[in-house]
Amino acid sequence: MRKRLFNVGAILQGLSITFGFMFKKRPTIEYPSVKKQHAPRFHGLHELRRYGDAKERCIGCELCSSACPANAITVIGAENTPEDRKSPGERYAARYEIDELRCIFCGLCEEACPTDAIVLTPRFEMADYRRGSFIYSKDRLLVPPDAGVGAAPDDRPGGIPSDLGRVAEIKSTTDVEEGYSATHRGEILKTERRGLAG
Amino acid sequence: MEMSPGHFLLARLDDVARWAQSTSVWPLTMGLACCAIEMMTVTSPEYDIARLGSEVFRSSPRQADLMIVSGRVAQKMAPVVKRLYDQMADPKWVISMGACASSGGIFDNYAIVQGVDTIIPVDVYVPGCPPSPDGLLYAVNLIQQQIREGGRGGILARS
Repeated sequence: MRKRLFNVGAILQGLSITFGFMFKKRPTIEYPSVKKQHAPRFHGLHELRRYGDAKERCIGCELCSSACPANAITVIGAENTPEDRKSPGERYAARYEIDELRCIFCGLCEEACPTDAIVLTPRFEMADYRRGSFIYSKDRLLVPPDAGVGAAPDDRPGGIPSDLGRVAEIKSTTDVEEGYSATHRGEILKTERRGLAG
Repeated sequence: MEMSPGHFLLARLDDVARWAQSTSVWPLTMGLACCAIEMMTVTSPEYDIARLGSEVFRSSPRQADLMIVSGRVAQKMAPVVKRLYDQMADPKWVISMGACASSGGIFDNYAIVQGVDTIIPVDVYVPGCPPSPDGLLYAVNLIQQQIREGGRGGILARS
């Protein structure tokens, strides 16, 4: 009899540990409704940026394409004409395609880009049903015209971006405290039809 | 969809069955490479795939509904993957997780299958190297959505 009571004590002792977890904070992130706050330098879906005056940052130099270890980026450049200037500088990207299935999100394109045109956003929801939908071209990569950042360099050939070398300053548009919603990138991501994932 | 009164009960039963199926998608324990680490992380308390009813990773293909191909598929592993897929009972679904499983990734060489969809039909592709665990949760959500809409899995061709 005494031994049985002793066993009950052991069970209660064990269950007290289980019960104690009821008062601890739950670590679970209720994913579809609450999204995890990723690190500010999280490598997610790409984005092609513009200058403040809506000109494209990409100058079609193909450095991202040659830096890419997975050969996921295709850039076909074309010459700007004086009537229709797509980017400051001589050239722009007529076609810019990233195969997101082949991409390994290493960020080497971001590092190689001389004008900070291609960046990796915190967006992680990229899964899809069809293989063909993973070729992201300019219509899905390029931000809307009113979402440009930074002052464009002057129009002379050989003009350099005014914010060249201040990559860190531009990248800090991600606000860690507020989540995506407070960031410049997040504003673009919220209105999905305008820019990314169209 | 128009329904005659005689079909009412069967249609409702079908909805219930789909709901039950979509909330109990049991994955197969099949980690092939580093993506498997993220696949395991999905079962951790932080992401907790049990909320979606998929926490039971089955070790036998006979009891699994979902194959998460997590990692690069070597040419030598390809027959095994195919065999495991064939052993799974219908209906079955496949998630191709990560760049290597989906397209070969950076391993464009003789040893790696260039996309697991060359050997088995894939329902959802997840890009990333590896995808974040919540990226995989999103893919499981897509699978659930497909089941609720009546998809049987394995019907989407390579496109």
